[in-house]
Amino acid sequence: MAHSARRDSPELPDFSMLKRLVKDQLIYLLEQLPGKKDLFIEADLMSPLDRIANVSILKQHEVDKLYKVEYKPVMSTSEQLCFLIRPRIQTVKWICDVVNADKTAGKCRRYKLIFTPQKFYACEAVLEEEGIFGDVSTDEWTFNLLPLDEDILSLELPEFFQDYFLAGDQRWVRTAGTALHLLHSLYGPFSKVYGIGRCSKMVYELWREQVEEGEQKAHQAEIGKVFLIDRDVDFVTPLCSQVVYEGLVDDIFRIKCGCVEFGPDVTSSDKSVKVMLNSQDKVFNEIRNEHFSNVFGFLSQKARNLQTAYDKRRGMDIKQIKAFVSEELKGLKQEHRQLSLHIGASESIMKKKTKQDFQELLKTEHSLLEGFEIRECISFIEEHMNRQVSMIESLRLLCLLSITENGLLPKDYRSLKAQYLQSYGVDHLFTFVSLRQLGLLVEQQPGDTLTVMESKVGKLVNDKTAGKLTDAFSSLAKKSNFRALSRKLSLVPKSDEEYDLRVPRDMAYIFSGAYIPLSCKLIEQVLERDSWTGLEEVTRLLNGHEFAAAGSSGADLSEKNDAQRIILVMFLGGCTFSEISALRFLGRERGYRFIVVTTAITNSSRLLEALLDNHV
Amino acid sequence: MMKSKADEEDFWNSSKCKPFTFDDEDDEFSKLKESKQTVKNIRPLVDEDEDEDDVEKISWSGEPVGSISWSVRETAASSQRTEREPAFPKINTDTPAISRSLSGYSLSALFKGGTAQSDSSVRLYAPELRKPKSEYKDIVSDWSPEHTVQRMQQGKVVHLEKFRSLQDKLLLLDFAVSAHDGNVITAVLIYLKRTLSKEVLFRELESRQTALRHFIHYLTETRDQRLLLELLRSRTSPLLQYKEHLSIADENKRRDFLKSCLSLPFSPEDSAHVQDHYTLLERQIIIEATDRHAERGGKVEIFQKFPRRASILNMPLITTLYYCCFYHYHESEGTYSSPLNIRQTFRISDKQYFVTALAARAKLKAWSDVDALFTSRNWLGFTRKKSPLSFQRVVDILHRNSAPTQVLQEYVGLVDDSDLRISLAQKHKCHDIVINTYRDLKDRQLLLGYLSKVERGSAEAGKINQLLSNQQIRWRN
Repeated sequence: MAHSARRDSPELPDFSMLKRLVKDQLIYLLEQLPGKKDLFIEADLMSPLDRIANVSILKQHEVDKLYKVEYKPVMSTSEQLCFLIRPRIQTVKWICDVVNADKTAGKCRRYKLIFTPQKFYACEAVLEEEGIFGDVSTDEWTFNLLPLDEDILSLELPEFFQDYFLAGDQRWVRTAGTALHLLHSLYGPFSKVYGIGRCSKMVYELWREQVEEGEQKAHQAEIGKVFLIDRDVDFVTPLCSQVVYEGLVDDIFRIKCGCVEFGPDVTSSDKSVKVMLNSQDKVFNEIRNEHFSNVFGFLSQKARNLQTAYDKRRGMDIKQIKAFVSEELKGLKQEHRQLSLHIGASESIMKKKTKQDFQELLKTEHSLLEGFEIRECISFIEEHMNRQVSMIESLRLLCLLSITENGLLPKDYRSLKAQYLQSYGVDHLFTFVSLRQLGLLVEQQPGDTLTVMESKVGKLVNDKTAGKLTDAFSSLAKKSNFRALSRKLSLVPKSDEEYDLRVPRDMAYIFSGAYIPLSCKLIEQVLERDSWTGLEEVTRLLNGHEFAAAGSSGADLSEKNDAQRIILVMFLGGCTFSEISALRFLGRERGYRFIVVTTAITNSSRLLEALLDNHV
Repeated sequence: MMKSKADEEDFWNSSKCKPFTFDDEDDEFSKLKESKQTVKNIRPLVDEDEDEDDVEKISWSGEPVGSISWSVRETAASSQRTEREPAFPKINTDTPAISRSLSGYSLSALFKGGTAQSDSSVRLYAPELRKPKSEYKDIVSDWSPEHTVQRMQQGKVVHLEKFRSLQDKLLLLDFAVSAHDGNVITAVLIYLKRTLSKEVLFRELESRQTALRHFIHYLTETRDQRLLLELLRSRTSPLLQYKEHLSIADENKRRDFLKSCLSLPFSPEDSAHVQDHYTLLERQIIIEATDRHAERGGKVEIFQKFPRRASILNMPLITTLYYCCFYHYHESEGTYSSPLNIRQTFRISDKQYFVTALAARAKLKAWSDVDALFTSRNWLGFTRKKSPLSFQRVVDILHRNSAPTQVLQEYVGLVDDSDLRISLAQKHKCHDIVINTYRDLKDRQLLLGYLSKVERGSAEAGKINQLLSNQQIRWRN
């Protein structure tokens, strides 16, 4: 569906090289353990690995059997065990157990640990403590960027979010810097880097250091500018229900590593199918960025066209039919398959959404974004909780309420929290601690009561660390100032105007015309001004940490250079498909092409589920 | 991490030399293992000896003398560094500035840290092929904290045991923090944990928030609960202690544990929640025992008709209430399992109670109970239907519990807003309500349109036709 204002969008760089590089490195690493070996793969590395290599490649390099890491005793009889793992203490401990069990049983094997994307000292310390340092060999597989599509690169590190934003652990910051450096050395030099957020600043610094250490080969830049953004700059956007097709599919079916599994309700057979969702799928490519309300019309149009194309063969002579079969039929068949899947998916989405009063849910969200009829919203949320409807959904609405209102009134906070605990279990006390730490769900603080509270606590336990410690936990929790930001950046279009979703006029279309995603609006504004100048009030409301750095050496800044219109946006802590859709729209409007680099694709459920698991 | 020279050697042997065992027979490999073991065993001796040796090999500028390969690389690297202007400016990343004038410190560091690697630089030759690029450049003798952190960032071997004084250790930590690399920060913390008493370490972490958070995360990951609790003697810690109940499977032990938690210094708000948790579990244990007994006995009808799908233990309060509304609805307020008793004990709001009871009774299709929930008498004794919940929602809940149309109809009719009422009535096929509403609106067109939606020849169709032919009605259209 064409809405491009400028049609001369520059070509995207070819990222298949990234895949080739990691594949070669993996093969190289496997060859370091010659002979037959069994390979144990960390569960969450399986899908990314699938995008890079396949079993036959592994077999070619003498991988005998494949196992998933399941923290159970090893049944393998192989002389050599190879472990492809994330640098996690739990996994390394398990491997230590395996090795020590072998030792006790007098079994002699060779072990190799391949950490990806890098190994951590803490993991090696475990090897040392468990007495197997030296008995196993370790290596690193620098698999830190997976191209999910022509314009999406993922670090596939969902834990980046909770590790950095919740625990305050910076273990992945360097990983992000290294990924950026890789892109810079392959597709740079970048001419300018903008960013906002503490983590963005650190990533920038770590990348810059690597640039200075290494040598930059002079070549034609394929990416001009870079924008780094921390997830906590904008929590509102990922907490909203997604209504653009790709986002909806992610919310409902969960896209994993660019691949989705459609169940029997979609395929209308008794089988499930796994489908890759990317620009290769022609049908999907045309609807992925569309508001859901347009999708049906488009699909039925497409179905009619397909019928016409099939019908063409009537009245053909033999020769024409031959040509038809060899040239068109395959394409048509494929299209037919894709079309029927997406129609099935749309139907299933409709069914699920009408069942759960989606319309009313959206209305509540939009009211919250507008700051309108808040009491009604609260009572809607209460009913949602009282009826024990989805625990994540309730939490999402509570967070949205808190952020848009800059915190809840103490009375409301207490009552909503109590009702939540009563409906979903008192264990969720920890969830509330995490949410407060992140600033997702907080009480409004009249003045400085927080410090009063802290000193009280401090006295109570008579321990100097108490106050400091709470500082540590509240340091990331900050005011959202959403209302003020929304006014300043006109994020919520006037509601009295009709919004034609078929002909979107701005990025708000991704939320039915109700809200322009803050993250994308910031990017738009900065690119427009080519700096943060004029956005001082906005950055103040966002708690600062903005920066803009001009590159110099070797970067061709001339406007004629297409690369200057290729913008790499790096989301630290994850981004949603809706945001990607919004950026694609912005690109079409302004003649940019955006490349999204993210630590992982996220959505409201993933974001909140990450906090359920993390009880401190 | 701490790596003495011999450590390093076995490091090379173990991991880095692998590629060169390509053609080795297995017995050769085990030989290698043997020798590695031997090397390991003689480590202390080697350490002491080499320390002395190495000092002599270091020049004043800190370079190990006599390693050509090293100097070639080092020169290349350093010239590169100076020639190139940094392409991007450094930005302020808000970390506490560390004084970089370490005069006196760095000089002594030359000696202290000088276990430099004349040997290993030679050894480097072989494994070089497969080493990451960053390791090519140099073998360093500058063991300043800054440099050590840099080397750690690049994954190179370092000698942390050179940092012995508290001041040195803290400088190392501060440099790690200012380098923003969580991996290195944790590595330094592991070293400090090993070499400092916890009192000193905790004290120093107080003023180092970033490091503190890394340490907490590290302890969490390694499940060092004991140390973690000691570190977190603040307001999150009662919660942390309380959290342990999750690992207790036996319900009686869990209850007792929760009881012991009651005296912990929670915030007043959390304290109430934990108290409720304890009371709830205590009650669930009693209910579960009684009901399991009743179910097995086979004498209580409801358990026969609707066998329990799961135990009620450890379920949330609202679920427990639902359970009691389902199985124990008409019990007197005196019993533990009476819904009214639960409502009272846990201060459950009208709305919460109403929603839950409604769902439970609807599930059982106990429509008279449902009806009774809404009925209130005013002072004249008239009854009328009242609900703390909008009737729209009531209809939804009833519908979800597959209430028949007659029941739904009654509540759809109570929806105030006529548009909403019609759309609900249409959705749930409450034809009478739709028809009557159109009649009241005197909207002939809509009524005519609705005719196509009801079954031909049905009672509804008859009613519509009758209305349409009724001359008394003054239609608006």
